[in-house]
Amino acid sequence: MKKIINDPNQVVNDMLAGYTAAYPDEVKQLPDTTVITKKNAPVQHKVGIVSGGGSGHEPAHAGYVGKGMLDAAVAGEVFTSPTPDQVLEAIKAVDAGKGVLLVIKNYSGDVINFDMAKEMAEAEGIEVESVVVKDDVAIENIEDRRGIAGTILVHKVAGAKAEEGATLQEVKATAEKTITNVRSMGIALDSCIVPAAGTPSFELKENEMEVGIGIHGEPGIERKEISSADAIAEELLDTVLQDMDFTGEVAVMVNGMGSTPEMELFIVNKKVQAILADKNIHAYKTLVGEYMTSLEMTGCSITVLKLDDELKRLLDAPSFAPAFRNE
Amino acid sequence: MDLTVQDMKNWLLKTNEKIKENKDYLTKLDQAIGDGDHGINMVRGFEKVAEKLEPAEYAEIDAVLKDTAMTLMSSIGGASGPLYATAFLKWTATAKGLETLDQEAFAKGTQAAVDGIKQRGKATEGEKTMIEVWARVNELVASSEKVTAEQIQQAANTATEDSKEMEATKGRAAYFKEKSIGHIDPGCASSNLLFEALAEVMKGNE
Repeated sequence: MKKIINDPNQVVNDMLAGYTAAYPDEVKQLPDTTVITKKNAPVQHKVGIVSGGGSGHEPAHAGYVGKGMLDAAVAGEVFTSPTPDQVLEAIKAVDAGKGVLLVIKNYSGDVINFDMAKEMAEAEGIEVESVVVKDDVAIENIEDRRGIAGTILVHKVAGAKAEEGATLQEVKATAEKTITNVRSMGIALDSCIVPAAGTPSFELKENEMEVGIGIHGEPGIERKEISSADAIAEELLDTVLQDMDFTGEVAVMVNGMGSTPEMELFIVNKKVQAILADKNIHAYKTLVGEYMTSLEMTGCSITVLKLDDELKRLLDAPSFAPAFRNE
Repeated sequence: MDLTVQDMKNWLLKTNEKIKENKDYLTKLDQAIGDGDHGINMVRGFEKVAEKLEPAEYAEIDAVLKDTAMTLMSSIGGASGPLYATAFLKWTATAKGLETLDQEAFAKGTQAAVDGIKQRGKATEGEKTMIEVWARVNELVASSEKVTAEQIQQAANTATEDSKEMEATKGRAAYFKEKSIGHIDPGCASSNLLFEALAEVMKGNE
């Protein structure tokens, strides 16, 4: 294992300390927790938005804490959901009396831990709602789908809606609408190493790629010979577009998994735009970069969100989160 | 089986040792049909349990169980953290004020634990989860006249081995569908270690 770390068991704490030191005006870390909140949390007169999950997906999730997006992000160990007590601290820190929305990715660990935290917060008199992102079309059954890069768009939309002063129920409804209209799919060319494990999560041969990969180095759906950027873009996007009717306007995200150069992401995006144009789908907004990674995994995912006027407005709204600036 | 407060403590300390010895094994099982962190997470959790229990003085069984539950809840994470925590927390509620745990009380406790895991994980028997082991041990203890350490170990071992041929329908292993067949479930394997540790403590008493 070749990594720039100190102690494999301290990577999350070390990272969070470095992160807060990098953005001292924007965020703070709650003492003795792995929770990053806005510097001025709780922000008055708005619903609080909390997300989080295992670490190793940077800039997710702490990178999205900032005005216009999340109020707090809870970091678990690498690829491991944070514990309920940590999520509870985040909820308490951001609640300004208008309630808190939890944005959860659909993994049993995340769902169970956030659910437990929700119950504990409710017992303390805080109003809490939750939404579960399940955008990965590599999984057939829609209820079992994993939450991957589409989660970032849910953060953006929910954050902007809360900023407008909407109620908890309204923010939740808009987040749900986003989840209903977003789809993603990814591939990997190479695996990643969880620091505390020390060995790759899976092995791929020189000429192989794994299609339908999640974001935890878990093996994907199909292993096949690597193809060109155009063919990869086509395969991923076709699967996404077949899953629902995207006719009209969309936001599209080409997301790097950790080790793929931006050059390659832009090459993929070239084909993505061509396919969309060919199908009369208008890319209202395009995002290319690393939004939801999987440590040093090589690969990318493509996300498409179908837009209406409200979602367009909320996507365009300002965001000051370090990993999603929209000023 | 009459387990004293000290036996309960010894059981959980021994579990910590066994989990530590089998860290790589658990991780390997989880790399096959999960995300490869089960060994790491379980070691972190039970190390904390050992740190908490070792210096503490307990008068009653439920206090040991409760400290175990709360420590696991705040230190494991993933799906297994809250599931193990729920198991011990539900068990706690059935052992209020007990100074020894006889077979009947043990069965009540494991029954509550099984119900708790099922409810929290929205799963049941046959879905290739830790429930296989907990339910099998519970069934054995509830239905035997005088259960032995050997029988508990047997039941846990068999249930774990049986998980191999099941197809996962819950948790991350479910993404693998039929490809999950042929692999032992990591949650069964860690639960098996827990009950093996119990059997060892009981053998010392038999």
